[in-house]
Amino acid sequence: MKIITCIKQVPASSNVQVDPITGVLIRDSQNVKMNPFDLFGLETAFQIKSRIENTAIHAVTMGPQSATQVLKEALYMGADDATLLTDRKFAGADVLATSYTISQLVKHMKDYDLVICGKQTTDGDTAQVGPEMAEFLGIPHVPYVKELIEVTSKYIIVRSAYDQYDEIVKVELPCLLTVEKDANTPRLPSYRRQLLFDNYKINYVTFKDLEDQNENHYGLNGSPTQVDEIFSPDKSMHSTRFEGDPQTLSNQLVEILKDKRFL
Amino acid sequence: MGYIKVDNTKVTKEIADQLKQVCPFNAFEYVDEYLSINASCRVCKLCVKKGPKGVCEFIDDSRPQIDKSKYKGIAVFMEQHNNLCHPVGFELLGKAKEIALKTNEKVYAIVIGSDTQAMVSECLQYGVDDVFVYQDSLYRDFNVERYTNVMESFYKKYQNNVILFGSTPLGRSFAPRVAARLKTGLTADCTMLDITEEGDLLQIRPAFGGNIMAKINTPNNRPQLATIRYKMFNKPAIVKPFGQVHHESVEDIEKHSRIELIESVHKPQAKDISESEIIIALGRGIKKQSDLALIEPLRAQLGADLACTRPLIENGWFDARQQIGLSGRTVKPKLLINIGISGSVHFIEGMKEAETIITINQDPQCKLFNYSHYAICGDLYQVLPKLNELLEQLGVTQHV
Repeated sequence: MKIITCIKQVPASSNVQVDPITGVLIRDSQNVKMNPFDLFGLETAFQIKSRIENTAIHAVTMGPQSATQVLKEALYMGADDATLLTDRKFAGADVLATSYTISQLVKHMKDYDLVICGKQTTDGDTAQVGPEMAEFLGIPHVPYVKELIEVTSKYIIVRSAYDQYDEIVKVELPCLLTVEKDANTPRLPSYRRQLLFDNYKINYVTFKDLEDQNENHYGLNGSPTQVDEIFSPDKSMHSTRFEGDPQTLSNQLVEILKDKRFL
Repeated sequence: MGYIKVDNTKVTKEIADQLKQVCPFNAFEYVDEYLSINASCRVCKLCVKKGPKGVCEFIDDSRPQIDKSKYKGIAVFMEQHNNLCHPVGFELLGKAKEIALKTNEKVYAIVIGSDTQAMVSECLQYGVDDVFVYQDSLYRDFNVERYTNVMESFYKKYQNNVILFGSTPLGRSFAPRVAARLKTGLTADCTMLDITEEGDLLQIRPAFGGNIMAKINTPNNRPQLATIRYKMFNKPAIVKPFGQVHHESVEDIEKHSRIELIESVHKPQAKDISESEIIIALGRGIKKQSDLALIEPLRAQLGADLACTRPLIENGWFDARQQIGLSGRTVKPKLLINIGISGSVHFIEGMKEAETIITINQDPQCKLFNYSHYAICGDLYQVLPKLNELLEQLGVTQHV
């Protein structure tokens, strides 16, 4: 079985603020890490590999050169090879263009049985790229997978977590899964594998390798949405403050509740 | 549409550093005295607007503009389970009616199911202009492939301006599929919506885990799609139905699916806090699980539901469904009492719509105070025992 797992490099901290005067983003760190949701996706792939013979796991990511770091991590965890999709032409992509570009990479890799993504990323937070990719690839998708029930070379049966209920579905291969957080316990990168991949060269795929050579389908040109502005959440409201000893405070609290007819 | 061009004749080390500071996406690389932009660039144009003058330039290579006046109508996908509408659909109808006033557009409800009559009359009660009904026994349960085919058929026929989805797990899986099929933009998890007179939908959503808000539009594509959080807007008032019902033919819509639903397993229903009217929310200020007993008299008196912040879920004191915040539930109760919560942005985003917010915290600088109608600045371990005495004196237990 050929499994393609999509991972992404995200900022290590989402603690950003907007400078109210200049409107510039202030970040408290430039550190990056693997999107935590993708760890569960990778582990799902590893578990399928342990069930099905002759399974190869290909880790892919789209991003700048520095994103090779997360690919290495995936290799050290258990992926068999790693591909970086990178091109200046992909810059400025929104969800549609991103999904389209990665689906072009998946097509380029050919004859896959499964595509596995994390449920969402911590920076974009949309959970949309997986389902959109599946649509572009013309394959079914199952979101929020939390358990693999049966895996065969023709179909898989999985359990998905929706808010109020779980769904057990059987889906034909090839298909795309997005994996729920805490669906499993992701393994740690191994030092032995790190030595094994010491001389490994990551594959690079750029625009010219893809089947669709229309530049208008990628990056900013292929993105229907655009960000008008960014701003700090500002929710000032009329607030009454009470200070004093505990007795006074609790009296006041009771008064408020009575006044509002809750007591 | 376009890209950023760097004039390297003007670039010095200082300017490169300055631009690196400005760029939120780390897209600048300065190597061998040459400044380049890598694939991280989102063309947000901040470097043009905020960076040193004349170094970065935005090159516009736009596509021809579409004729926006040809696309009319704000449609809402009515999510259903067992042929019962999810309330988020009605909330979206309410918002759709509000913004439609600006552009003089009609509001449509799209109902897909196997027995749609009750759902249709409910939509009409909320005052929609048109209900489009797709009924077939195969549409009883949601199936992403079949439903996407239906939406495609709807849009091909009606060429409308906007389609809204609830940002429920189902909506978040379905809407992207529709967006990719129609090759258009989709904004996830909007918390605010507006529209320009031209019909451009303004979509506001939290980004970076809610630390900043982004305003997004879809300038040159139709339809405009958005998923919107549950409990963000009010249901519209009930009116005397005036809308038209259109029973659409489903014969020509492809119904083959590679996904087979084997079983839908309902989780034991802990009451959903997003439905609660009165909530007491607890945070890390509560030191140990046994202290929860301190809250009980107030909870019983108010008939409140308990909710909490993430750390208490991690402690295992509460079910994850009781978490308020971006990664938990959005709540909109009449009364919310926060006890021992400092107020992360994630939490605040999940509760700021509550009608009355009371916060008890001992830290005078507590961020949550700024979002509370009543800020009680005191130690919960001192205030609550006193409060419990008072409640006991009051004696009247409210029977719900």
